[in-house]
This record gives sequence, structure tokens and C-alpha cells, in this order.
Amino acid sequence: MTKQARREAIEGVLFASPWLIGFLVLTAGPMIASFLLSFTRWDGISPFSALRWIGADNYGRLLHQDPSFIKALRNTGFYAMVSVPLGMCAALALALMLNQRVRGLAIFRTIFYLPSVVSGVATSMLWLWLFNPSFGGINFVLHSLRLPEPGWLSDEGTAMWVFIFMSVWGVGNTMLINLAGLQEVPEHLYEAAALDGAGSLLRFRHVTLPMLSPTLFFNLIMGIIGSFQVFTSAYVMTGGGPNEATLFYVLYLYQKAFEQFQMGYASAMAWILFAIVLALTLLVIRSSKAWVHYEGERAS
Amino acid sequence: MKWVSRVGVYALLIFCSVLFITPFLFALSSSLKKLDGVYAYPPSLIPNPIQWSNYHKAVTALPFGQFLLNSAVITLTCVAGQLVTGALVAYSFARLRWPGRDLMFLVLLSTMMLPGQVTMIPTFILWTHLRDFTGIDWVGTYKPLIIPSFLGGAPIYIFLLRQFFKGIPIELEDAARIDGCSTIQIFWRIVLPLSRPALTTVAVLSFIGHWHDFMGPLIYLDRVEKYTLQLGLRMFQTVNGGFTHYLMAASILVLLPVLILFFVAQKQLVQGITVTGIKG
Repeated sequence: MTKQARREAIEGVLFASPWLIGFLVLTAGPMIASFLLSFTRWDGISPFSALRWIGADNYGRLLHQDPSFIKALRNTGFYAMVSVPLGMCAALALALMLNQRVRGLAIFRTIFYLPSVVSGVATSMLWLWLFNPSFGGINFVLHSLRLPEPGWLSDEGTAMWVFIFMSVWGVGNTMLINLAGLQEVPEHLYEAAALDGAGSLLRFRHVTLPMLSPTLFFNLIMGIIGSFQVFTSAYVMTGGGPNEATLFYVLYLYQKAFEQFQMGYASAMAWILFAIVLALTLLVIRSSKAWVHYEGERAS
Repeated sequence: MKWVSRVGVYALLIFCSVLFITPFLFALSSSLKKLDGVYAYPPSLIPNPIQWSNYHKAVTALPFGQFLLNSAVITLTCVAGQLVTGALVAYSFARLRWPGRDLMFLVLLSTMMLPGQVTMIPTFILWTHLRDFTGIDWVGTYKPLIIPSFLGGAPIYIFLLRQFFKGIPIELEDAARIDGCSTIQIFWRIVLPLSRPALTTVAVLSFIGHWHDFMGPLIYLDRVEKYTLQLGLRMFQTVNGGFTHYLMAASILVLLPVLILFFVAQKQLVQGITVTGIKG
């Protein structure tokens, strides 16, 4: 290594050192610790001597003796399965409409994007009030239209739909990514397709969708990861109720870790979550060969 | 035919806009009503009479000013840390050659997939037991919330900055090096000033992220005088749940900084989202 190259290497490591240290102390170390903790029983607060090694007991209990865990898993799975495709379709539809060279594009874009920027407790409050069965705006509209008025968050059957509705309300982010993707589709592809006699549906199917597929792929992965992370809204709006109908995975994990201080048990939950998200992501990546089209790649 | 579909698109767009904007309007209207107006049937969108004092009540019912200050301190410190260390790390990944760099960049990218819950518990235990070794408190202070931002912060922002730095013509840096500039000087005097748009995007995005953070403060802060606005609002809900008009006023106040930032920096936000989305 020349003197200059060595100097650059030292500087490079120095510049990167905040993250390198952060990675070791806040990611890699805790990952190993979390994995080890998942085989123990410990409240995390008393001295290390109170820590008990219990093998795979936590995993066994989670899968076989904890109905709440199964419920949380099912709830979150259902939420992911409905809200991700629904959100993807809504985001695509909105982006397609905005891509029609509409007037007032900037205004519409702002309106659709805004909800995805606000989140946290305040937004949860807004929705809590809007979905209030007796005084909220939503049931008032339904009442005016002579439609049935559900109990929303107070009803086991409908509570989860409130969260799905909220997630669709927040698709502005995804819509923007789609819109940017749509604007990168070269005009000449549409012209060529039109010359070949393709109508708008065929152009959508054979030009827009393949050209947008890398964007949709990215959105799908981010959507899946995000759908397993619901916490604040559930914590604030329902606390997991009624009758655990909105007990989301991360909410249950939080309760186990920071309300009941079962750190070993909660760590096992975290690893199961990681395994699920990883498996789903790999599945999507695997499937992407069949449906994601990369420009410059030969179609096979 | 073309004309009909055009009208259809506009009708749909306007319908969706109403859907998207209504929650804000409904909350705004409730926040300006008297309590009996809030629970009146049928509800009206225009409050009559308009009761501005709800906002005063909302602010004085809790140490709102203290919460605002706490939120501002945490958020701004985090943004500063994110900008400084995030840019340093990103520059190293973009331009400096060191052994293992590409591997570590891959590691950085893959940590974006890691659910935060995996590291959350051991990290909490780390901060809790650090007290035994150092003799000072960590849990209950802002340190656990702030320090991660000074260790590179969120990988997504490092990635975003790296992409931007790679787009700067390297000739500028080469010329500066020939003129005798050191790496840190090049970074400080050439790269950073040219990266204003990317830095603004990161600042805005990370501001919004930290402002909304609920779980972090919920886990680490235990005394009310240390609470952030998000925790304060939650407390307000459990204490004054029935006073919807105050609750809505407080919620709108909590959202206000983000709303203002959104309208001021919308361009940077849109760019940031599309860059991370497309190149990701």
C-alpha cells in the first residue's frame, strides 16, 4: 500500500467511525445479546446474576401456550395481507391519475402526500374522534346515507378495519414514489405501442406495469416491513382491544418487555418477527424474477 | 369519449382529495367548538360560536411549553447529529477507499431491513446497566434518545447522502487536493456546500421522524417534566379524554410544526422520497 493509499484508508475509517461504532454497539452487539436473551428468563433490570438460562422454553411457550401471541400474530398477518395490497393499489391508482397531465397537479399531490407525513399520537387522536361511533364524522356520513353504522373500534369485527383504513390514508409516500417512476417511463414506448394499435388498457399492461415493476417491487418490500411495525396508533387508540382484536405484534412485544419486564420472552418474540419479515422479504425477492422487469436486461 | 374520461379523472381526484383532507378539517372544526357543540347532532363542520379559548385551555392544562421545549431540544439535537455524522459516514462510503468498505456498505444496507425490536431490548438493558459502571443515570435522560443520532443515525439517510455525494463531479475534489486541501477541508468547503439540497432533505425527514417518535420517549423517559409533546398528548388523553375540543386543539398544536415544515420544504421532501425510492 502506498503512503497515500494508507492515509486515505485511515481517513476513510475515521470518517466512517461514528457509524462503525454505532453498528457495533447499537446493532451487532444488541443483535447477539437479543438472540442469547431469547433463551433466558430475566427482567433486564435486576443484576445479571438473576438471569436464568432456560433453553428454548420461550419459543415453546410462545408457539404452544400463549393464545395472545397467536392472536397478535394473526392480527398482524391479516393487517399486512389486506393493507399492503390495498395500499399498493390505492397508491398506484392515485399516481396514475396524477400522471394524466392534470391541472392543479401540485395541489392534489400536496393533499395526497400530507397525511403520510403526519403520524404519531396526534393523528391517532384525529382518527379516534372521527371513528367515534356516536359523535364521529364517519358514522354521521353513513347515517345520512342510511347505511349501517358500525361500532368501529369498540367492535371486535370492525376494529382492525379502522387501522387498515388509516394505512390507506397514509399512502402518499408510496404514491409519490410511483409518480416519480411513472414520469421516468420514456414517451416513445407509449407512442410505439399506440402505433401498433394498443389501446390504453394494453399500454398499461405492456408498457406501464413492466416499466414500473422495479418501483412496485421496492414499495412492496417497504410495505411489508412497515406493516409489521404498527405500534403508536394501536397503543393510543385501543391498547390492543377490544378483546385483543387489535393486539398488534409490536404492541404485544412492548407489553411483554416494558410493562411486564419479561425481557427474554420479548426477545424471542423479536426474533420470530425478524424471521417472518426476512422470510417474506426473501420470498418477494425470489418472486421478483418472474414479474420485475429491469431495463437493459434481456427478457428471458 | 376522451372528454368524459377527463371529467371522470377530475371527479375522482376531487373525491379522493376530500377523503384525504376531511380528518384535518373535522379535527380543526372540533377544536374550535364548545363542548356541547362537539357532541351536537347532527354535527356541523363550521363551529358556531368559534371558541378560540380552547387552544388556550389546551396549552395551560398541561405544562405544554415545557413539553414543546423538550421535544424541540431532542429533535433539533438529533437532526444536528444526524447531519454531521451522517454526512461524514456517507462521504467515507462515497469517496474514500478503505479495506472492507464495500462489505460494510452492504452491511449498512441490510441493517435497514432489521426490525428495530430486535435491538431495542438489549439496548434498553445496556443503558439501564451502564449506570452500574458509570455512576450516572442514562435511562430517564435524553441520552439514549440522542446518542444514536450521533453514531451515524438512520442508515437510510447515510444511503441518501452517499448517493448524492457520488453525483458530485470528482474533478472538483481532485483540483482541491492538488491545491493542497486535506480531506476534511474538501469535505467541509466543497462537498458540504454543494450538498445543500440533500442535507436539507435529510434534515426535514429526520426532524419529522424524531418529532413523531413515541416509542423511544415512552421507553426511556419516566418523569413528566422530561416528557415530549407526544407523551404529553398521550397523558392529556388519559386525563382529559372527555374534553374532545381541548384534545383536538392540543393535537393540532402538536401537528403544527410538522405541517408548517411540510409546506415550507415540500420540494425537498418530494425529492428525498423519490431519490430513496427510485434508486433503492
